[in-house]
Amino acid sequence: MSRAGAHRGVPGARRPHVDETASGDLVVEARDLALRFGGVTSLDGVSLRQRRGEILAVIGPNGAGKTSLFNCLTGAYRPQEGSVTFWPRPDGPTELVGRRPHAITRLGVARTFQNIRLFPALSALENVQIGTEVRQRYGPVGAILGLPHARRAERDGVRHALSLLDLVGLSHRTHELAASLPYGEQRRLEIARALGTGPSLLLLDEPAAGTNPAEKRDLAALITRIAGTGVSVLLIEHDMRLVMSVATSVVVLNFGRVIAHGTPGEVQRDPAVIEAYLGVTDAEATDGDADVTAGPGAAGRKDAR
Amino acid sequence: MSAPPAAGPPGPTEPAGPTGPTGPTGPTGPTGPGSGAATMPLRIAGSRSDPTGSAEPTASTSLGGPGGGPARPAWHPAELFAPARLRQLGALLLVGVLAAIVTGPTGNSDKPLQAAKDSIVDVRIVLYLGLAVALWVLLVLGAQLRGALERVSAPVRAPIGAAYGRRGGPIVLNLALLAVAIVAPLVVSTAAQQSMVNDIGIYALLALGLNVVVGYAGLLDLGYIAFFAIGAYATAYFTSQTAMPWHAPFVLNPFFVFPIALVLAALAGVILGAPTLRLRGDYLAIVTLGFGEIIHLVANNADNITNGARGAFGVPHLSVDLLGIDYKWGIDPLPYYYLLLVIVIGVMIAFGRLERSRIGRSWAAIREDEIAAEATGVATLRMKLLAFAIGASVSGFAGVLFASKQFFNPQSFSLQASFFVVAVVIFGGMGSRLGVVVGAVVLQGLAFYLRDKVPPADRYIYFGAVIVIMMIFRPQGLVPSRRRRREIELAEEGIGAADSLGAAPTGGQR
Repeated sequence: MSRAGAHRGVPGARRPHVDETASGDLVVEARDLALRFGGVTSLDGVSLRQRRGEILAVIGPNGAGKTSLFNCLTGAYRPQEGSVTFWPRPDGPTELVGRRPHAITRLGVARTFQNIRLFPALSALENVQIGTEVRQRYGPVGAILGLPHARRAERDGVRHALSLLDLVGLSHRTHELAASLPYGEQRRLEIARALGTGPSLLLLDEPAAGTNPAEKRDLAALITRIAGTGVSVLLIEHDMRLVMSVATSVVVLNFGRVIAHGTPGEVQRDPAVIEAYLGVTDAEATDGDADVTAGPGAAGRKDAR
Repeated sequence: MSAPPAAGPPGPTEPAGPTGPTGPTGPTGPTGPGSGAATMPLRIAGSRSDPTGSAEPTASTSLGGPGGGPARPAWHPAELFAPARLRQLGALLLVGVLAAIVTGPTGNSDKPLQAAKDSIVDVRIVLYLGLAVALWVLLVLGAQLRGALERVSAPVRAPIGAAYGRRGGPIVLNLALLAVAIVAPLVVSTAAQQSMVNDIGIYALLALGLNVVVGYAGLLDLGYIAFFAIGAYATAYFTSQTAMPWHAPFVLNPFFVFPIALVLAALAGVILGAPTLRLRGDYLAIVTLGFGEIIHLVANNADNITNGARGAFGVPHLSVDLLGIDYKWGIDPLPYYYLLLVIVIGVMIAFGRLERSRIGRSWAAIREDEIAAEATGVATLRMKLLAFAIGASVSGFAGVLFASKQFFNPQSFSLQASFFVVAVVIFGGMGSRLGVVVGAVVLQGLAFYLRDKVPPADRYIYFGAVIVIMMIFRPQGLVPSRRRRREIELAEEGIGAADSLGAAPTGGQR
């Protein structure tokens, strides 16, 4: 599961769907991001690289700066220092810092939110449609007069949205209000909406929060399937079972700094990580490690050893 | 509305004991507390349990209501004394007393309370209080009647509901309304016809435009009438050499001013909106308020440009002389009325299409969660600007029509007029095209009715009272849009933030 090639700087072990070009196979690279709110430092020189098609998990205790990192990548916050380079296609790097969120989304970075933010009074279909219509260009005149290109765009948007609802398993909810869906389905609807924007990088902020074990299994399968379509996934998640089962590599944040990165197995036995999660030294943590690596994480540890 | 859950629809079951037929009321109880909302929980329950996921949510909704509660207990007198009902009665009695005072004798400063005393100690108060009680009884029975009616009419309404869900409204109802609109002016006095043009027609058009800004995009624009003024003054400038001291070097037919005013007003909207739409809702309202006042004061004081408070005289009537059609609109209000009717219907159709397009959905997204909309790739600023420009251009368009009836003065562009348009939109139902037109008809109809009955300054007391009562009993407006109604319902449950006007949900993320 954890591939050796996931290390940074190891050029081999590319996935088959990745275009092999001179500029390498990175999809996003953040360099030395610093984000401060007054005297509070949220991010303190965070660097991160993600390869195309990779599922990269960002973990860390509460307040470590994970969501701040997401907000910097998507333009919701503007970091005081640092840069974010994004390759929508393998050739053609783009700087993301300083762009507005909707512009970044149109370039191909989509996200979900930690606290679900759907459009509650719109139907599931309409929610996804708003995503699929991002790149449509017809204006008010086309809409009012019902010009052919506007109608065609409208039809295409609906078709694409329906296929995405199908992908996340919500076909039966097409016309229901987003607010009336159960929690787990709202999470999946949010993913469908993000996918509607046609991203090459998908940021998922705690997609498994508040879902039950069965839903978590479905979610893991969904994330793997999404990555299989060539979308790189950057994932914030507390559920170690999920992280271990889907992530190709893991970055650990604490107090706004990267304290570890590597394959899930490596990260799990990193003493700094154990300390960050439990607030104890490595020696003390040996007994309590079940908390860090709950469930299959423990199995992962054994694998790694 | 926020009665304790037990006092709502399950009220009648109380004497029967908690183990009685509370089964069916169980799920509806928590979703819609309060007796005024007797039908609401049914609707929510219905839309939730729409298992088919078909394209007719309304059909199953209306079926779900009565169908979901077959064992609904019959009406019981105990309901009369539920706290919510008693509170309603108290409120109505209070309104009755107030109405008695308002319509009573005028007081003087020597005995400030004498008038109030005279009003209360009077025979008429019996009439008012009696009316209040009668209204209350009507409300109580009405709720019961409505429940019974729904049960009976469900099979009939289902297909109509389905039709409503598919397309802007049942064709039959639309045709009936159209017929009324066509015939109505023929059976009223000339003064009423005049009012139907100047007040109802123009304000319906204004409200339709403001509805784009307020109802669709969720922005509160309190200076909306400024664009109306721009349209009117543009007409005076381009079509007449004498109406104002300042005029164009050539004379245009008023019809050619329509596109000019449209563009000018849209441009003004963009110029005003570009820097201010970054502001949150409340601030936007204040900036637009200021803008409206600036335009009004300039129009009122720039004597050598706009003729100041005297206004513009002698703006020519509309006339066509094109392709063999030669027609002049004149003093007779009827031709203007029908022209306005055509324009209003055209605008309603156009905005209906707009609402169902990607643009309308983007507006809904902005209204419901601006941050999520931005993250989903909606260019929020541009879409808000677009709403502003479209709304402004309709206002400018209405301004041309208003001006081309020979005379206008800056009084028509006062703050009060702006507020009145906002009131029409809220009263009629934000986001509902039919609603805002009905709102214009009702409020301006009320104004016309009160014209000779009360002093002009008092008229706003009645508007205020009508709107307050409306907001208490039907906050979603007379003819609410389905989307907006759902948002208000959700907001009452604490989901989403699109309940309030203009206060765009900004969230804590930024």
